[in-house]
This record gives sequence, structure tokens and C-alpha cells, in this order.
Amino acid sequence: MEMVNITINGQSLSVPQDYTILQAARQAGIDIPTLCYLKDINEIGACRMCLVEVKGARTLVTACVYPVNEGMEVFTNTARVRKARKAVLELMLSNHNRNCLTCVRNRNCELQKLAEELNVTEIPYEGEYTPSVVDDFSPSIVRDNSKCILCRRCVAVCKKIQTVGVIDATERGFKTKIGSSFDKSLNETDCAMCGQCIAICPVGALHEKDGLTPVWNALADETKHVVVQTAPAVRAALGEEFGLPIGTPVTGKMAAALKMLGFDKVFDTDFAADLTIMEEGTELINRIKEGGKLPLITSCSPGWVKFCEHNFPDFLDNLSSAKSPHEMYGAVLKSYYAEKAGIDPKDIYVVSVMPCTAKKFEAQREELSGTGYPDVDAVITTRELAKMIKEAGIEFNKLEDAVFDSPFGDEATGAGVIFGATGGVMEAALRTVSEVLTGKTFDEVEYEAVRGTEGIKEATVTIGDLDVKVAVAHGLGNARKLLESIREGKANYHFIEIMGCPGGCVTGGGQPIQPAKLQAEIDLKAERAKALYAEDRALTYRKSHDNPYIKKIYEEYLGEPCGHKSHKLLHTHYHERPKY
Amino acid sequence: MLNAQQTVAFNGTKEQEAKLMEVINRYKDTKGALIPVLHEAQGIYGYLPVEVQAIISKNLNVTMAEIYGVVTFYTQFTTEPKGKYHIGVCLGTACYVKGSGAILDKIREKLGMPEGSNSTPDGKFSIEATRCIGACGLAPVLTVNDEVYGKLTVDDVDKILAKYSE
Repeated sequence: MEMVNITINGQSLSVPQDYTILQAARQAGIDIPTLCYLKDINEIGACRMCLVEVKGARTLVTACVYPVNEGMEVFTNTARVRKARKAVLELMLSNHNRNCLTCVRNRNCELQKLAEELNVTEIPYEGEYTPSVVDDFSPSIVRDNSKCILCRRCVAVCKKIQTVGVIDATERGFKTKIGSSFDKSLNETDCAMCGQCIAICPVGALHEKDGLTPVWNALADETKHVVVQTAPAVRAALGEEFGLPIGTPVTGKMAAALKMLGFDKVFDTDFAADLTIMEEGTELINRIKEGGKLPLITSCSPGWVKFCEHNFPDFLDNLSSAKSPHEMYGAVLKSYYAEKAGIDPKDIYVVSVMPCTAKKFEAQREELSGTGYPDVDAVITTRELAKMIKEAGIEFNKLEDAVFDSPFGDEATGAGVIFGATGGVMEAALRTVSEVLTGKTFDEVEYEAVRGTEGIKEATVTIGDLDVKVAVAHGLGNARKLLESIREGKANYHFIEIMGCPGGCVTGGGQPIQPAKLQAEIDLKAERAKALYAEDRALTYRKSHDNPYIKKIYEEYLGEPCGHKSHKLLHTHYHERPKY
Repeated sequence: MLNAQQTVAFNGTKEQEAKLMEVINRYKDTKGALIPVLHEAQGIYGYLPVEVQAIISKNLNVTMAEIYGVVTFYTQFTTEPKGKYHIGVCLGTACYVKGSGAILDKIREKLGMPEGSNSTPDGKFSIEATRCIGACGLAPVLTVNDEVYGKLTVDDVDKILAKYSE
């Protein structure tokens, strides 16, 4: 790449000629405020926060989209620039619902932070606000346009990354808003409920549907036996809500906090992830042996499943009929566990702590109630768990590590833990399927080819005399690409893992929100995944079928994987949903 | 507003759909096809209801939300059919100062148009707030189809509407 010479605030720089002013400034360690900018995803120069002065230019220019050129002299800190940026921010704030104190994003808001950094001390503009209503009909996502600053980051993520595109800018001028076709509620669209829009929103215009009220109520209800389970990805990110560095695993502290919150039993969804591998792995083996429908596609990610129902109904028979881990767990808790503990299943209240907003939708599916009761009663996100911990006055960082409760939790496998990262389910399945198919034991359990953050990963794994072709896709855009290539006959596989969110569950829509600027510097997906792979390496058992409790539950209760009882409790079905 | 309702039921014909498909196929591989297709679609159907937008979305591979965004951005596009009697109330500066806003409200109220909708459920009347129609000397002014009524007061509304009771 050819380089060009420019100066920023008098500092000489040599940068690639395809750089924008913003890229050049960031490389030189010069801060330019941004709001709408998301590298490669949303580069539209809409919010005007990044205004800078370029010598010879008639007006101020937006650094995020303005290309550098030879000899360019840029100034980012002149009186004119500061005044313009401040006016832009004041105007934005003048049409913003400023109930910051009670806002879901208080103290984690990019707009609020800019107001502080740009020293905005009053809003000189009084007047009308753009009319808006709150859309809270979706079981997963709430949209509140009174907080929206029209940065369009959610639109870009939904349309370009997820290829779902259920929201866009509608109307014009002062009435401009982000909305869906014919102003329908998200609930009436083909929204996958993945919550990536929430994860990327700089303000409080998007958040998860409140799940805390029923959970607090259940905890206060003495007739209820309240059981909580936590998904693998939660431990990799929860610490961020308490100021711990990204990628710090907090498994022990989290278990301790949950016990202090008053849950009767604290279980680990890892156990159910192992159960999923037993069922899904057996399903794969059966389909390969009996010439069943292939490729088999994982169904753990409810955002992906809903996306498939709307967009790829022709692939519904390819989806594994295995329920997602937390739903399996719920069914087991209300049957096997209820029997063992001598508790009426109607009194068991199952709470799932998930990195996911689509799980809230999933838990409401009628077909997921194999025991006659909903498998799972409430789903809260990682963020919501952090709120509970704070509200209860628990000093998280000072907690001593605790362990999950027996009879399922204190012996998790590494296979279950890595479910939280893209490629993890595939790897866990391969660890089990390879041994079950060959009857041998392998020491090598790490499948590097399916790890990492590349959008679509492919590998051929030799198991006995069979070459198993596998693929892993994360993010719905990649899922679409992969399935279209299969539809067109360009690719074929035995087994596919698909996760709805880019990066898998560690960067799910229910995880702690990190500002765009930080996300531009570090790869959140990779950092959080490291925590899971480290935990996997440290565990005694790394294969699902080695888990002693898994062996026990099949012996004592379920019989065999994909057997009669597990079909009733652990498997489900899917149905086509409208797209238009 | 949540859920913009369509007040008039869609009754597009097979012929109209075939025409629309012909238009879509003509533009399919052109960049920026959406606006010309919407233009011609409105020519075919007279308006752009959700059913028509869905056909365009499916075949042009543009999301429903994006199409709705474009349709609501440009005032020339409408999601409601023109009624048998299409009323235009001028909200140009002169007419507005002379009270055409109140006339518009009165007509909507008289015809029982639901909030957010610009037509009556029976499809007989539709209404539009127009920009200046160049008859400032007659302000405030309104049109019903090709008929022009000027120098109006709110009290004239009943009389005018009575002419279109058929």
C-alpha cells in the first residue's frame, strides 16, 4: 500500500493512502470522539461528532469517512472544532430523553460519556421532542426511541452482519426514527431476537426485556424451590460488570454470588451441554449410519433456530432435534431431579442465566415443556445477573470462590465449558463422537481447525475409516452464506455448528456491553473465548461422555441417548415462520 | 406510532402482479433499482400497501424495513389508496395562515378517519395535506378530485362534503 504524508496537530505521520483521518489519528494516539462509527460496519459520517478542521477545506469534515491525502494538514483540537462538536452534542441531547439516572445504560453510555468529555454543562436548546413509543412486545428486546440518537449502528448490525434487517430508518427530517416495516413491533417481524442491536447500541434505546421481577418474586416465595443454572459464556464476561479485565473467568465468584442471592440450588448448564453432546452426537452417528438427513446442524442457538425457521424452512429437518442445553436442564430438573429430591415439579422454578436475549423467546416456546410444565420459567441475561448482585449489595470482587451444587454441578467437563465460544459445540461433539464411533480413547482432544474467530470454518476429521466433513459458522450472515452454498450444491458436510451471534455465546446479545471504541481496539470474541479454553484445559474431564453424572443419569433414568425417555424430555421440533 | 394500520383492504389482481413482476425483472440487476420499481409499482396499484412491498422485497432482495424506510421518506409514495374522492387541503403558507389547518382537522373528524390513516375504511375518501397549489388568492383552499374550493371557513366543510355523499 502506498503511503501518504500528513500532519495532525502539527505531528507528522506517514499512513496508508486508503486511511481515513480517524484511522490516522487513532494510529497516532490522538482521540477523536465518535458515536455512529463502527469500523467496517457503519461508516456513514452521520452523527458529526468526529468533526475536524482540514487546512484549505471550506467546512469542517467528518474524520471517520474523510480519506487522507498527501500533504494534508489536520487539526483536531481547535476552538472551531471544539465549538462545533459541542453544538452537535447539545443538539443531540436536546432531542434525547435525558432520564439518565434511571436509564438501563446509566454509567455505561457512550453519549453520557461524551457529554462529560466535551464538558457539556447545559442544553441551551428547548423545544419539541420527536414523538416516539416504546416497543416492548417482544419477549427479548425492548426498543425505546426516546433514547435513540439515530446513529444507525443497530440497523447496520442487523442488516449487514446478521442479514436480518428488520429495522431501518423510516420517515424523514424531525420525524426520522428507527423502526420496522409498517412500524410493526419487533415481535411481529422475522427478528431473530439475537440482541446484537443491544450489544452495539451506544445509548439506552435498546435493552433486554426485564426478566428480574419474576425472579425476585420467586426467590421471595417460600413455596417455590428456585433453581438457577448458568450458561458457559456467562462466567467469561460477568466480571466485566464489576470492573474486572475482559477475559477474566469468574466461575467460583459467580457460584458464590448466586448462593448468596438465595437460590435453593446453583447448577451449571455445562452439565446439560454434556447431555446435549450425548444426544446430538448420537443423533449424528445415527444419521450417518442409517443414511438420515445430513448435514446435521446444531440447534443450541435460539437466534439461529428462529432465523432458520423464517429464512431456511427447507433446512428444518437438518436441525438437530436436541433441545438447547438449558432447556434440557429444565426438563431434567422437573423430572429426574424432582423425583430424586422429592419435590413436586410444579413447585420447581428454573431460572437460566444466559448470555443471550433469544433464550427469553425460546423459553416461551410451547413445545419446550416436556414435563407438562415449561422447561425453564425465567431467563435473565448476564447483565441482569450483574444487576441482581449489585442490588443485593454483594461485593462481587471480594467473594471467595464457591462450587456449583451436586448432584449435577460439581463435576463439569471442558467440553461443556467451550460451548460458549464459536466452534466449541463442534469440538465437544467431535471429542465424543470420535470415541463412540471407534470405541477407542484419544488423548488429543483439541481441534484447532474449528477454533478461532473466522466467520466460516471448515475441516475434515478422520474418525476410524470415515472422513467427517464439518463446518462452523457464527453470526447469521455467515450462517446464510453457508446454507446458501449448500442449497446451491457448492458445498456439503456431515455436521455443522451454527451460532447466531458473531463469536458465539461469549459475545451474545445478553453479555456485558463494551463501548465501540474499546471493541475497535480488542477482539472481544477472542478475549472472552480465552477464558473458556483455559478453563477447559484445567478440568479433569474434557469429554462429555466421561462426565460421571452423565453416565449416572443415563443409567438411573434416561436409559440411552436418543432413547424413548430422552426423546420425550430432551428433544423438540421446529416450524416454519413467515418472513413477510 | 406502533403498527401503522392499513385501513383499506388490499384487492390487487393477478394482472397487476404480473405487471409488477415484469417491472422487477427489468430492474433486477440494476444498482439502485428500488426507487424506480416503487415508482412503477405505485403506477400499477395506485399505492404501495404492505402486500406490494412484500412482493418487491422478496424479488428484489431488499428488506421490508428498508423499503418502508424509502416509502415513508418520499412524500410522493403512499401506503394508502386514493379514495373515490381525493381531498387535498393546501397547507402552503398563505392557506395555513388563513386557517387551513383547522379545515383539515375538521374534515378528518367529519369523515371519521382513524388517527395515523389518511383514508376512510370504505375507501371512499382519502385526504392529503398538500404544499402550495398556487391559488393563494383564494386562500384557504382545498380540492376534491379536480374541483377547487376557495375562501373557506371551517363551517363550509359540511356543505362541501355533502356534495360527495354518492
